[in-house]
Amino acid sequence: MTELFFQYLVAGLTYGTIYAIVGIGFNIIYNTTGIINFAQGEFVMLGGMTAVTLHGFLPLPFAIFGAVLSTMIIGGLIEMAFIRWLVKPSVLRMIIITIGISILVREAALLLWGEGVRSLPYFTGNEISALSIGNVRISPQVIWSIGVCSIIVLFLNLFFKHTMLGREMRACAANREAAALCGIPTKNMITLSFVLSAGIGALAGCVVSPITYTQYNVGTGLAIKGFTVAILGGLGNSMAAVAAGFILGILESFSIWVLPTAYKDAISISLLLAMLFIRPSGLFGNREAMRLKDF
Amino acid sequence: MKTPRFIPILALLGVVALVQLLTLASGREFYLTQLTMTAYYSLTVVGLCLLMGFAGQISLGHAGFFAIGGYTSAVLTTLNLSAYRDVTFVALLTRLQVLSDRRDLYGGQVLSVHPWVACGIAVLLALGIAWAIGIPVLRLKGHYLAMATLGFGTIIYSIVLGTQRFGAADGISGVPLFPLLPGISVSGSSSQRIANYYFAWGLVTIAMVLLVNLIHSRVGRALRAIHGAEDASNAMGVDTARYKLSTFMLSAVLAAVAGVFLTHFNGGIGPSEAGVMKSVRYVAIVAVGGMASIWGTLLMSVVLNFLSLRGSFGSYDDAVFGGILILIMLFAPDGIIGADLRNMVKKIFRVFGNIRK
Repeated sequence: MTELFFQYLVAGLTYGTIYAIVGIGFNIIYNTTGIINFAQGEFVMLGGMTAVTLHGFLPLPFAIFGAVLSTMIIGGLIEMAFIRWLVKPSVLRMIIITIGISILVREAALLLWGEGVRSLPYFTGNEISALSIGNVRISPQVIWSIGVCSIIVLFLNLFFKHTMLGREMRACAANREAAALCGIPTKNMITLSFVLSAGIGALAGCVVSPITYTQYNVGTGLAIKGFTVAILGGLGNSMAAVAAGFILGILESFSIWVLPTAYKDAISISLLLAMLFIRPSGLFGNREAMRLKDF
Repeated sequence: MKTPRFIPILALLGVVALVQLLTLASGREFYLTQLTMTAYYSLTVVGLCLLMGFAGQISLGHAGFFAIGGYTSAVLTTLNLSAYRDVTFVALLTRLQVLSDRRDLYGGQVLSVHPWVACGIAVLLALGIAWAIGIPVLRLKGHYLAMATLGFGTIIYSIVLGTQRFGAADGISGVPLFPLLPGISVSGSSSQRIANYYFAWGLVTIAMVLLVNLIHSRVGRALRAIHGAEDASNAMGVDTARYKLSTFMLSAVLAAVAGVFLTHFNGGIGPSEAGVMKSVRYVAIVAVGGMASIWGTLLMSVVLNFLSLRGSFGSYDDAVFGGILILIMLFAPDGIIGADLRNMVKKIFRVFGNIRK
């Protein structure tokens, strides 16, 4: 019984890390632009898919590097083509545009890669290799994905706190007009936020690809999960999103005990809805601060 | 230059009749099948237009209400209670005509809920769910409202897809015909094609009469006030919560009714009708139609749905709607049949007027 408990826990943590990364992606863009990018999940899908293709003729590390780089470029191009030149777009307009972008990316992926389910090989070992910790057996890939996601979070933290560029982005998040008056190129910061969140999404997509597999249409599901996580932690708060990601991942994983697997998605969405109704400022958010935000 | 409200309605009826005669004259009556389906989708879309364009509330879950209507009706009318015929309750319901006997495709006896009763239950269910969901959801704004309605749609989709009783990925087939008058029924049989065409467009016309009058009434003005500035209209004494909720419920009922009849017309329903892509498609059509223009929305709905049902977009069907969404929102957020076009037409007339002088 306890072994099963820990297996579920580990599975929950694995999914939790990817939800957390998607949630952080939402937060980065939301912070600099006030936009919820509904195409966030598509970045994860693009990362995984591109890496699988590149792995056909490149060694694994280069394939992943190439996939992350190309997804970052795509993220930047999307921002420049569809968002950069809009003057004070309404929230409704931005929602619909990003939904449109997600559909186009998904359809392009369908055209390019077909409906097949793909995955990268395991980074170390294979499907059956496992590390034993006590009675619990953990696939090395789980360690990889949790490790890489922790490093992403750590680096983002350092980047935002201790580099000039990161500080400029935070200034942009706090008050865009004031940042612009201080000579910060706010438009470039917005492009950068898209590039950054595309990059971390793609990296997460590569790392979990061996466990969760990638298909052209996984984006929407991930976007909803990621948004749940972002809301759960409090919109704009990246560190809280990590905790929220683990909470959601574990909840989902244990829900299989009581409910059929088909309803797994319904769990997280019900959680999202409940959260939105009861405490839209998030578990760790400040209700007063939330009231001042424009969403 | 105010045109009386009934003129566009008459024009709609005229066009509906004209199209039927044209298909008859050119021997392309098979178009009527797609036009009938288009009518049902349009019913959903004009309801959504009232919610989005006038009350200013986005819904990314309207396919959910369509599916609630369609699936409720499909489940109830394909339910076979023959084995329980002797149970008092079932016998009583049969006596009351709530349950009706029919023969299935293989000649077996089926005792199931009468389509009219099923339709009533489906509409009531949609109303109830819209009410229950609407109260909390409509308190949200912007991104939160969009995500919450998207979440609602996704829940309905995953329930439909994950439940054996709803046919999982296969959907429900063998839905019986829906009797309207003796000899006339909502069904896919080719002898009923013309009747079905007129019935579907009759429903659309009734909905349009209802909506046009609603928009020009106190309710319509209140909705526009909410769209313009919700807090301000609340302060002026408009009960914003109630107006938003009743609009949401009305649009949900229109979607559910469309779902019920399309299911009987097609003889079945599949999970794709509940999919997120369907909801996005409805939003896309409202956006192209000009958000706050129900006639523009109806026109674009007919054009896009008909082309889509004819398969004109091939395998790019979803991509076309995604592309339309982006292009419209980037370059003409007021729709292409909105104020711009009207101004352009006016300008052209003015130029001609000047030349004549």
